[in-house]
Amino acid sequence: MGDVTGLRLEGVAREYVPGQPVLDGIDLDIPPGEFVTVVGASGSGKSTLLCLIAGLARPTRGRVLLDGQEVLGPGPDRGMAFQTASLYPWRSVARNVAFGLEALGVPKAVRAERVAWLLEEVGLSRYASVLPGRLSGGQQQRVSIARALACQPRVLLLDEPFGALDVQTKEDMQLFIRQIWQDVGTTVVMVTHDVEEAVFLGQRVLVLSSDPGRISQDITVDLPEPRTLEVRRSAEFLALRARVEDLVRAEHRAHQARV
Amino acid sequence: MTDLMTRPEIPAVTPRRVKLLKTEVSRRTAWILRAASVLVPLAAWWALSVSGLVEDTFLPSPPEVWTAGLEMAESGDLPADVLASLGRIGAGFGLAVLIAVPLGFAMGTLGWAQPLLEPVIGILRYLPASAFIPLLIIWVGIGEASKIALLVLGVVFFNTLMTADAVRQVPTRLLEVSAILGAGRGRVAARVVFPYALPGILDAMRVNAAAAWNFVVVAELIAATSGLGYRITRAQRFLQTDRIFAILIVIGLIGLTIDITLRLLRARVGRWAT
Ligand SMILES: Nc1ncnc2c1ncn2[C@@H]1O[C@H](COP(=O)(O)OP(=O)(O)O)[C@@H](O)[C@H]1O
Ligand SMILES: [Mg+2]
Repeated sequence: MGDVTGLRLEGVAREYVPGQPVLDGIDLDIPPGEFVTVVGASGSGKSTLLCLIAGLARPTRGRVLLDGQEVLGPGPDRGMAFQTASLYPWRSVARNVAFGLEALGVPKAVRAERVAWLLEEVGLSRYASVLPGRLSGGQQQRVSIARALACQPRVLLLDEPFGALDVQTKEDMQLFIRQIWQDVGTTVVMVTHDVEEAVFLGQRVLVLSSDPGRISQDITVDLPEPRTLEVRRSAEFLALRARVEDLVRAEHRAHQARV
Repeated sequence: MTDLMTRPEIPAVTPRRVKLLKTEVSRRTAWILRAASVLVPLAAWWALSVSGLVEDTFLPSPPEVWTAGLEMAESGDLPADVLASLGRIGAGFGLAVLIAVPLGFAMGTLGWAQPLLEPVIGILRYLPASAFIPLLIIWVGIGEASKIALLVLGVVFFNTLMTADAVRQVPTRLLEVSAILGAGRGRVAARVVFPYALPGILDAMRVNAAAAWNFVVVAELIAATSGLGYRITRAQRFLQTDRIFAILIVIGLIGLTIDITLRLLRARVGRWAT
């Protein structure tokens, strides 16, 4: 087991109500550094999947392993950001980013350097000493991502992080998260209900079916890197997007027929 | 299907002008209204007291009250009474807060503390503290202890429950984020829950400080040899209504000062929330 690197889910199931699994039979291997996106209908268990990886919930059956070690609870080797930035409103931007480093006991000087670098990376150096309430939604989300990356997590988990942003900001943020991923080199697992976003960002797209949630499709995205706005207009991209949309639609129809 | 059903229609309506329920006034108007709020009752009192409709012993005029107050201030009685009452509220309310905040914090965060404490505190808070005065005198005598105890009993339960409410307002998401960032329970309590709940905790303290101030005066009406409540009973014995009025005004002003102080503190601490 010790030689296994990356994130691995083995036969994972999660029930909130006994006998009614929200997720079932999830087997998944994500090698280090991969950018994986997860799409699925609302209620298909996307957030639950991320919570299991984060350790906020434990699987009812099966195991979650990170670099061969079972995940038993939340911890700074995984970072997470949600649709709402959920910042500490009384802490300045810099001190929000520093929170995890403080908890880790990182010396002040090292902390300051790391925070400065992260703020530079997310383009918010000017706002270091500002309270989060003064920032726009997109800026807040950047802080939230910087905070999640502060402790150098091996996996970054993103639960519909751009779902509440306007179209233009969302596009900026998509390019931004791609850039961050390239600079930091961490594994990213990002949940979204936006197929276009999933195909544009992911090296691999997982389609989740509903009732119980299973990985019904595991699609490798062979689009040129880096993903630019040109890629987004390419025939290849549009064809792949249509394909994934059809798969998601088929899942949805099948689910509707069952209920 | 739709062509089989007639489309239900409502009778034509002429749009009516409506206004928002909540209205605002200009800053200037607000200040004028604030002044009127104090000055109009004062003027009414003044008019009534000089009109001869009410006997002077029942309703002294403002100047008489002012003179009575000045007399007490100069004799040194009033300052000593103010200090005695403030000392009691400091000790009693301070003790109540020292008990209520940790207890409320526990109730708001620890799963078992809530079901264990909520029922008993919920009952205790509806027992009127003043009804405990005879018991307290039997238990701890008529000295300072019974007055402090009355104060504590009067506010500790409400303050605990209100603190617990403030603590429960902390979004679960924020607690999850903190755990993922590697913060243990102690760190989350001190660095996340406490700062988040502090404005609410101060709000609870402000409400309960007003109640505590009431209980000080009640305690001193019963058995005391100093304090503003005691000074009122003294004045009553000699039918000095002018003095009673003066003391009431002092009590009101001190209460207002406590309130404003806590409000300012709250505004400072809760700046991030605005
Ligand atoms: N804490 C919970 N308790 C009970 N049921 C839950 C809980 N969290 C999620 N669920 C249920 O699990 C299902 C999947 O939820 P979720 O993972 O949030 O889906 P998604 O993120 O794909 O919309 C939903 O039917 C939801 O009602
Ligand atoms: Mg979700």
